[in-house]
Amino acid sequence: MDLESSGNQWIHLLHPVVKVMVTITYILFLVSYSKYALSSILIMGIYPAVMIIMGDISLKKLWKRLKAFFLLAFFLGIANPFFDHRPIFSIGNITITGGILSFITLYLKGIFAITASYLLIISTKINDICYAFRCLRLPKFLVSIFLLIYRYLFLLLEEAEKMMQAYALRAPGQKGIHFKVWGSMIGQMLLRSMDLAEVLYDSMRLRGFHGEYYFESKRKMEEKDYLFLMICLLFFILLRFFIKF
Amino acid sequence: MHMADALLSPAVGLAGYACSAATTGVALKKLNLEENEKKIPVMGVMGAFVFSAQMINFTIPGTGSSGHLCGGMLLSAILGPYAGFLTMIAVLAIQCLLFADGGILALGCNVWNMAFYGCFVGGGIIWLLFNRKHISRKGIILASVLGNIISLQLGAFSVTLETLASGITELPFSVFLASMQPIHLAIGTVEGLITAAVLLFIYETRPEILWGVEGKEKENTRFSLKGVLTILSAAFVFIGGFLSLFASSHPDGLEWSMERITGSTELASHGLLYEVLEKIQETTAILPDYAFSFSESAMGTSFSGVFGALVVLILCVIFCLILKKVKKNRIHE
Repeated sequence: MDLESSGNQWIHLLHPVVKVMVTITYILFLVSYSKYALSSILIMGIYPAVMIIMGDISLKKLWKRLKAFFLLAFFLGIANPFFDHRPIFSIGNITITGGILSFITLYLKGIFAITASYLLIISTKINDICYAFRCLRLPKFLVSIFLLIYRYLFLLLEEAEKMMQAYALRAPGQKGIHFKVWGSMIGQMLLRSMDLAEVLYDSMRLRGFHGEYYFESKRKMEEKDYLFLMICLLFFILLRFFIKF
Repeated sequence: MHMADALLSPAVGLAGYACSAATTGVALKKLNLEENEKKIPVMGVMGAFVFSAQMINFTIPGTGSSGHLCGGMLLSAILGPYAGFLTMIAVLAIQCLLFADGGILALGCNVWNMAFYGCFVGGGIIWLLFNRKHISRKGIILASVLGNIISLQLGAFSVTLETLASGITELPFSVFLASMQPIHLAIGTVEGLITAAVLLFIYETRPEILWGVEGKEKENTRFSLKGVLTILSAAFVFIGGFLSLFASSHPDGLEWSMERITGSTELASHGLLYEVLEKIQETTAILPDYAFSFSESAMGTSFSGVFGALVVLILCVIFCLILKKVKKNRIHE
């Protein structure tokens, strides 16, 4: 995903602040619709659909990565059809109740919100997202911690995986870690991480670290960035307040 | 316990952000990272550690299932509640942005439900309750288990309240609550035991790492009365905020649930507070026209409307596909 996010399509080249702002505004507008506003939610699907097609985002990869979350979204409103039996309209012999309508609306809301977040991540490098956070005045220390966690996450994940593998090879047929070694196993990993943090701090100091991460490129917003932002905001506002389906 | 965006209304989502942001401000001020920059890499690596340790499954004795480590309590026991809270925010933000675990709008609420209770209630108040004077094995175990249980119960209760205040699900309050609390009681106990096991190991091998142990720098991370009061008021605003939301949108539901929760219907004195809060909310609302899910009639939705919207969406997709094809052909020419 890191490689994909540094692509060369127009969607990748947009200013990260614009992308973060559009994504947050989209989700905010999306969830502001009432639970029965199925038609409006369908129209809100235009944004992810257009971005996927025009940004050449692979649908296959999107499905592979997000299918588990799409399945989870299904359970968000699963109870609704059982509690709301008011008939809304019927198609032939099938009566659509308020519960069914709100369930479908909630499911679509969930899918669109997850897809919008995915579009942001897949088109923006993590450094750029953090740069956008700084531009949006998020505290510098918080952004530094975020970047450090991201950097060391993969290293420690690999270590955790190796430990699990080593344990599984020595304890065949066991589902997880036996309770007798709960403490020592994670404790050892914790102590190693603390030592890593010490070494890391020393090396960062030697390279001139003073509490803040410096971003290599400080970009200015261009005309196309403003244009994209205006079009998106106008689209969301028009749909929300002026065009009713 | 990660909440999705679709479960929240904008007002509840933004209220979550506001409360979490206020607590973050207090934590940043208390920690004074300008002068304690050494803490930053430690917080970063510990955040990554918690993340990766959560991937490990632990067998629960006597059952076929497994549990995993809870981050907030462990981080607070080592870094202190303020640093633990900031680290948890970054962990939750990465989970949200990189793993789509919890929504972007819901991040504020997720921080509140997991990081706030885990770090300040579990890792702060309960940890200090048992380990204030001197740290002991008994204190570590009791604090870990009780801290985890209490913070998870509070978190689960907040999830129920936030979902209900958003008015998304039709699930009755009592049913939702009855399904959330017992599950999280079991999870909290298991996670508490795992946390206790890890902390006991640290206590025996390198006790100076633990927060609050003698000889460790404590002056910047100790709870002051002012800090506790600020956090408690943030909690008050948060809970009061969405109870008022609930009151303004669904008065019958509130009366009913108040009776269920407190066992009394003494709402007259509360009613005034709610009304005042509602008035303030009306005048200061960022999105005054956002739809209260209860106020908009379901009858506004018709089959023709849904069908029309679907046609527009499909036409839009077809138009984009044609546009892309034309663009590709031009490049080839």
